[in-house]
Amino acid sequence: MESYDVLVVGGGLAGLRAAIAAVETNPRIKVGMVSKVYPMRSHTVSAEGGAAAVLRPEDSYETHAYDTIKGSDYLADQEVVEAFVREAPIEVIQMEHWGCPWSRDPDGKISVRPFGGMTTWRTCFAADKSGFHMLHTVFQTSLKYKQIHRHDEAFVTKLLIEGSRCVGVIALDQRSGRFDAITAKAVILATGGLGRVYAFTTNGNICTGDGMALAYRAGVGLKDMEMVQFHPTGLPFTGILITEAVRGEGGYLTNSEGERFLKRYVPNKMELGPRDIISRAMTVEFEEGRGFEGPHGKYMHLDVRHLGEDLIDRKLPFMRELGREFVGIDIVHEPIPVRPVQHYMMGGVDADISCATAIPGLYAAGECANVGLNGGNRLGSNSLSECLVFGAAAGRAASAYASSVSAVATNPIDAMLWDEARRVESAYLEKTGGEERIGTIREEMQRDMDAGAGVFRTREGLDKLTEQLGGLRERFERIKIEDSSRTFNTELTAALELDFMLEVSQSIVASALAREESRGAHARRDFPERNDEKYLKHTVAFSRASESARPRLEYRDVHITNFKPQARTY
Amino acid sequence: MATRFDPDKDSAPRLQSYDIPFPDESMVVLDGLNYIKAHVDGTLSYRWSCRMGICGSCGMMVNGTPKLTCNAFLRDYWPKPVIVEPLSNFPIIRDLVIDMEDFMHKLKSIKPWIIRKQEIPLGAGEHRQTTSQIDDFRQFSQCINCMLCYAACPVYGLNDEFLGPAAIALARRYNLDSRDQGLKERLPVIADSEGIWECSFVGECSVVCPKGVDPAKAIQQTKLDTTMRFLLPYGNREP
Repeated sequence: MESYDVLVVGGGLAGLRAAIAAVETNPRIKVGMVSKVYPMRSHTVSAEGGAAAVLRPEDSYETHAYDTIKGSDYLADQEVVEAFVREAPIEVIQMEHWGCPWSRDPDGKISVRPFGGMTTWRTCFAADKSGFHMLHTVFQTSLKYKQIHRHDEAFVTKLLIEGSRCVGVIALDQRSGRFDAITAKAVILATGGLGRVYAFTTNGNICTGDGMALAYRAGVGLKDMEMVQFHPTGLPFTGILITEAVRGEGGYLTNSEGERFLKRYVPNKMELGPRDIISRAMTVEFEEGRGFEGPHGKYMHLDVRHLGEDLIDRKLPFMRELGREFVGIDIVHEPIPVRPVQHYMMGGVDADISCATAIPGLYAAGECANVGLNGGNRLGSNSLSECLVFGAAAGRAASAYASSVSAVATNPIDAMLWDEARRVESAYLEKTGGEERIGTIREEMQRDMDAGAGVFRTREGLDKLTEQLGGLRERFERIKIEDSSRTFNTELTAALELDFMLEVSQSIVASALAREESRGAHARRDFPERNDEKYLKHTVAFSRASESARPRLEYRDVHITNFKPQARTY
Repeated sequence: MATRFDPDKDSAPRLQSYDIPFPDESMVVLDGLNYIKAHVDGTLSYRWSCRMGICGSCGMMVNGTPKLTCNAFLRDYWPKPVIVEPLSNFPIIRDLVIDMEDFMHKLKSIKPWIIRKQEIPLGAGEHRQTTSQIDDFRQFSQCINCMLCYAACPVYGLNDEFLGPAAIALARRYNLDSRDQGLKERLPVIADSEGIWECSFVGECSVVCPKGVDPAKAIQQTKLDTTMRFLLPYGNREP
């Protein structure tokens, strides 16, 4: 049985940053990292636009905080935002020292670009592959720490809870098919998002909400799960992300009448409006017949032709590559077809400013967590910074906690390992007689979520979705597993992921149904106004004992410090 | 057709045929595999994630050539059959899943992190670096570790002690970075590794790279570094 002081689940930007911070807080500790993929495959790799940080004398913490809070539609916890904006520049510099190839100004300083919802230029970037470069930089840097031990391609199926403490995980080693108990004095969840509960998403196949489901099942609340971000510019069919930096660098969004339609929605910001509002604007334009019709649905034009080949090749080379390879167009000469696409989860594991959850010894950071930073709508380029700032915070907090508590007794762990291995074996590997295909249930779930919990929601649609998810959960009990191999059984992991996805989908829908207002990314057609009196609150969803029962919801006050809620217009 | 191999049951890999619908010109080889997995045969195993050519998971041999299956379009092969096999030169774990632990060790061995004689404190801000200094190493920093270059490398195919194209390109990436002073620590690892002197100008690695990295160039430049110390890259010159 492997045993660590701090165990990180997830090898993306937040997880790797946490692992390094844990070691740097106390170099004598041993840190474990469990990831279901090799860390450099983590979905951070697909982030494009950049990381927000106040680096310029003309910028200020107050403006970054205000932009973030206004962007959140006042659902962010303001002391969290205020701490975040102060830490972000330090983290960006740390990444620079570790070798991140940030794009530079002529004087050799880190360059910044404009981004949606930000009042000034503060998004640091490495061309349009910022996430890729940041992930590889922090992963390669992590290799120099002898205290960090990795378990690559190991899938966590359960958190170990002993007494009231989290004392490790049970993980399936994909290569051998063996279940291992990996114990630790503190565990950090950094498992990323859940975009794969939707059909049309920018998220990779691995983004299945694992950490959220693990924490939820262990009794931790999931906060603001109704807040799902739809990015305005995904490529039709594939959902490949076209970065907001395209608009930051001056790209235009135009409808089928050749009109920059955002003048009717965000006249003062135009293409640099926040994502939630632009995605709604596009959806309304489609409904009113001003979208282009394509083989894969309606779309708009994102036009960079006026920017010129030189700027595109310097600042948006990956976009040109994606256009050429996946659409067969050269964006220098042709507009890019785009439409809104699920992109990011504001909601997540309920955690406080130091990433601690309600279970002692359990922390959460990055997209899987909700520390109160993003509220109803995250601003573009705040999430890479969030992974750094809160990854580091979680690493430091977990390291300090681990140094203060005693090691875990191994006796009860053996029994828990046995029980969990038996549960998975009997539910999946030894299961006979099922008739439902995993792929079919997953596709139906994704289609239903797109239809019922998309850019706009209604009670009717959410009620229907609740029924549909209930039906899919019942059918999931009758799935057919064809693969009984122990070696790299990806049908088994797909089943475990689908189980997690059905669970977190239910929390999204229940939270969305109960929030009878429109705020941030949660737009109810039947309740189009924001209602601060009733809903200036976080939704916290708790799992009931049975998987088919609807979650129990609690509400918690939003922390307001210096920025009183106002009408959100741009 | 796709390679099937389960070490629990099979003594050797074999090919299995699948027929799939091809309703859309936009479909890539990976979409075909996903169709099989979801609707025909749940036991087929392979790695994939981002589906946009950046995570590096889905490299396989497609009709004998190393490719990212997420941007290998079926329309370029149709109406001929598409044969998907695991990347050459690697042990197979299962079906289309290769064992890449060897690379993970090699990656670590070249010390792919910034090495400095003295670190500057965070409070001192960033190192200044010009765009032309980034241009020195930019292409080598584009490596996504997809392993296509190892599958194409005739030297690695014969001798897996060879550090290989991606690891040497990444060593080069750090050696050429104006912030780095670690060349003297990395050079022996590369120069002493077997194979670098066997690498000819074949350049198959650079041909198959989906990200425009030129590992062959990195290897030739590194050979020069080991013999011509007076031409060392910027950050690694003696003061």
